[in-house]
Amino acid sequence: MQTNLNGKIAAIIAILLVFLFGIFGIPHGSLKQTLQDRIHLGLDLKGGVHLVLQVHTAEAVAANSDSDQQRIQQSLKETAPAATASKPDPKEPVIVVSNVPSDKSGAVRDLLSGGAYADYDLSSENGGFRLSMKQSAIKALRDRTLDTSIETIRGRVDSLGVSEPVIQKYGLGEDQILIELPGVENVDRIQSIIQSTARLEIHEVLNDGKSFTSQQEAEAASAGQDAIAVQGGNTPDATAWWLLRRISIVQGPDFRDARPSKDETGRDSVSFNLTVAAGDRFYDYTSANIGKYMAIVLDNHVREVATINGSIRDNGQISGGMSKQAASELSLMLRTGSLPASFSYLETRTVGPSLGASSIRQGVIAAVVGMLAVMVFMLIYYRGAGINADLALILNLVILLGFMGFFHATLTLPGIAGVILTIGMGVDSNVLIFERIREEIALGKSASAAVQNGFAHAWVTILDTHVTTLVSAFILFFVGTGPVKGFAITLAFGLLANLFTAVFVSRVIFDSVLARKQRGEALSI
Amino acid sequence: MQLFQNSNIDWLGKKWFFLGFSLIFSVAGVLSMLFWHHVPLGVDFKGGTLVYVSFSQQPNEDHIRHALDESGIRNFRLQRISGNVGASGAAANQVVISVPETTDAAHDAARPQSEGALRNNLHDSGFSVQQTDIVGPTAGAQLTRQAGWAILWSLIGMLVYLWFRFEFIYGAAAVIAVFHDTLITIGFFSLLNTEITLTVVAAILTLVGYSMNDTIVVFDRIRENLQQMRRATLSEVVNKSINQTLSRTILTSGLTFLTVLSLFIFGGEVLHGFSLALVIGILIGTYSSIAVAAPMLVAWTDWRASKGGRTALVAGRSAA
Repeated sequence: MQTNLNGKIAAIIAILLVFLFGIFGIPHGSLKQTLQDRIHLGLDLKGGVHLVLQVHTAEAVAANSDSDQQRIQQSLKETAPAATASKPDPKEPVIVVSNVPSDKSGAVRDLLSGGAYADYDLSSENGGFRLSMKQSAIKALRDRTLDTSIETIRGRVDSLGVSEPVIQKYGLGEDQILIELPGVENVDRIQSIIQSTARLEIHEVLNDGKSFTSQQEAEAASAGQDAIAVQGGNTPDATAWWLLRRISIVQGPDFRDARPSKDETGRDSVSFNLTVAAGDRFYDYTSANIGKYMAIVLDNHVREVATINGSIRDNGQISGGMSKQAASELSLMLRTGSLPASFSYLETRTVGPSLGASSIRQGVIAAVVGMLAVMVFMLIYYRGAGINADLALILNLVILLGFMGFFHATLTLPGIAGVILTIGMGVDSNVLIFERIREEIALGKSASAAVQNGFAHAWVTILDTHVTTLVSAFILFFVGTGPVKGFAITLAFGLLANLFTAVFVSRVIFDSVLARKQRGEALSI
Repeated sequence: MQLFQNSNIDWLGKKWFFLGFSLIFSVAGVLSMLFWHHVPLGVDFKGGTLVYVSFSQQPNEDHIRHALDESGIRNFRLQRISGNVGASGAAANQVVISVPETTDAAHDAARPQSEGALRNNLHDSGFSVQQTDIVGPTAGAQLTRQAGWAILWSLIGMLVYLWFRFEFIYGAAAVIAVFHDTLITIGFFSLLNTEITLTVVAAILTLVGYSMNDTIVVFDRIRENLQQMRRATLSEVVNKSINQTLSRTILTSGLTFLTVLSLFIFGGEVLHGFSLALVIGILIGTYSSIAVAAPMLVAWTDWRASKGGRTALVAGRSAA
């Protein structure tokens, strides 16, 4: 019995240390610094900007079918010049090909059912064809539009040097984006930066595609050509300088889409689409420059230098020497050149840093006062057992904060409220147990039997109450957003910690007190 | 020290008082929701713009009103934050300007407009914008839907759990008691014309959990006693169970009330609505587990007996 008890006490101390580590980590610098590294504060406590955007993904779908319509019209020039491609409703991805001469019908059908228009369902109409974009293709396009917007915005936010920004899908994940920027106060500036477009260009590489080690060297080699020296290369940390023709071949608005793919030999590459007009221009250029080099430049930084392997019109491929990840990153970058669709704001919230600081102060004062009041009451009302309850409460708080440290959970203002409620729940469990022990003692049971029965009976109730509250905490976590989620997190962690402290720790303390008592001596409760 | 020792109160005998009490509060709340203040939804659900402005000196509301009027801002509402000055000295000089939202397109129009109006037309004292909340109609509708689902799902989740642990009628009685609490709490918000925000909904969900706790404690005791007191009538069992758990119920509620009260007093303006909901909710939740949930069990059994059905309430699955 005694060794068993010592083992339990050791386990409790070990758990206490583990969670203390969770709160503080390895101490470094000041206490405040250490705490801030482990427990992340939500926007409402730290101050910052919270935005919810809705991306108009339908625009991207319409734009995509617009350029498919132009492609079809372009291809029809060769097969059936009299035929026309049109969109009955500019907003719907439905293309109608009409005036197809009956003798060309087969050829046009072959053209439209080819791989280039695999995203469409083809059906015959009187004197022509009807292409409607497949639902799966629309969904994929919308998803890609949302991903692209998120990446574009992330790139822009990163360039501002905001620390720990949150940029992610929001709501039902279909067309909304959540942006949280801690420490940012000027909403106007953020909004204008997010909405502006990044500059993406493809330039001809001069000097036979060879790089230079410094800007001066590159500029010296320009020899009167209309050229610019730009730094970068095929790896993110490349420092080489390249001499590029100043006038770009294509730029941002010319890109319609890009995605990772494989080339003929199965190597990772990036497929991209240009708009019709840019495609014609690019075709002329690439046809005349096979074997030469071109550079993809984003915001005045060379991201990729590639060989021109053949004539490219509106859909080309960039390949050679890139990993699968590099291919997907590059295609992402090509897509992020410009925002694929416009968006509108659904929510804008800002919290000033001083307000956040005063919220923390008030929340902590409330928590400390509430906890002290409860602890004092427990001591007065239950005497010896009150110490028991107070120790369990403190340990509960340590475990709760330790959980938050380990999971890098975010503490919000409602989160602090969740901590306070956890204190309430913790007390409830203790009261349930103590009242039950008192009842058992009143029935004339011995101290150890009373403790035994008290815990056994109260356990059932405690389990039921905790499970039901956990049910609502989980639902809050999954359905709720932002501050409400923060509340659900602390409440759930607190309940779990409480099951351990009120039931196990409190029991161990009782047992160790009983072990020291003489037989028949009364329990202080 | 020990309070409420061996209490022996005939709770079920007072069920008509309880019914009257519950009806008065529910009906008053519902009437207020229908005809008086309606359900005062905050900007989170209704949509609109809130600008919290902190002035360096005591602001003159008429001057602020005038400044905003002059800039052509219509339908705005001004609210002085008369919070606790002690905890944060700045609270007393704060004003909330709220402007109703028009469309998603003109989302962020009212904020710079109000700031500009204060900058140009108000010369009393310096000011700084502490916080802004702008919620468009789409987001408002979405948040409303979310909050509704959250409450509904947690009620269903609890009903299912209690059904599994006890019997369906226990779950139904507990859920009806909790619904009663929610209704009365929202009714209070309507009567006091205090806005319901996202955090208030979180508080309501918490009190749903708390009230459920109290109810389960009583139900657990009823289940236990049903197995031991086989000859007693159901009313006797229920009365005894409530009395046995009374000291726990009052102690816990009192202590929780203490922590929530500390939140209400020291938590500051931002948590005002949250703690108000809990202060009301804990009182009502404790009351309802004694006065609503348990009598409902008895009433249901009596009704079944009068219809010639099963006469005794089964104890449900035995305790784990």
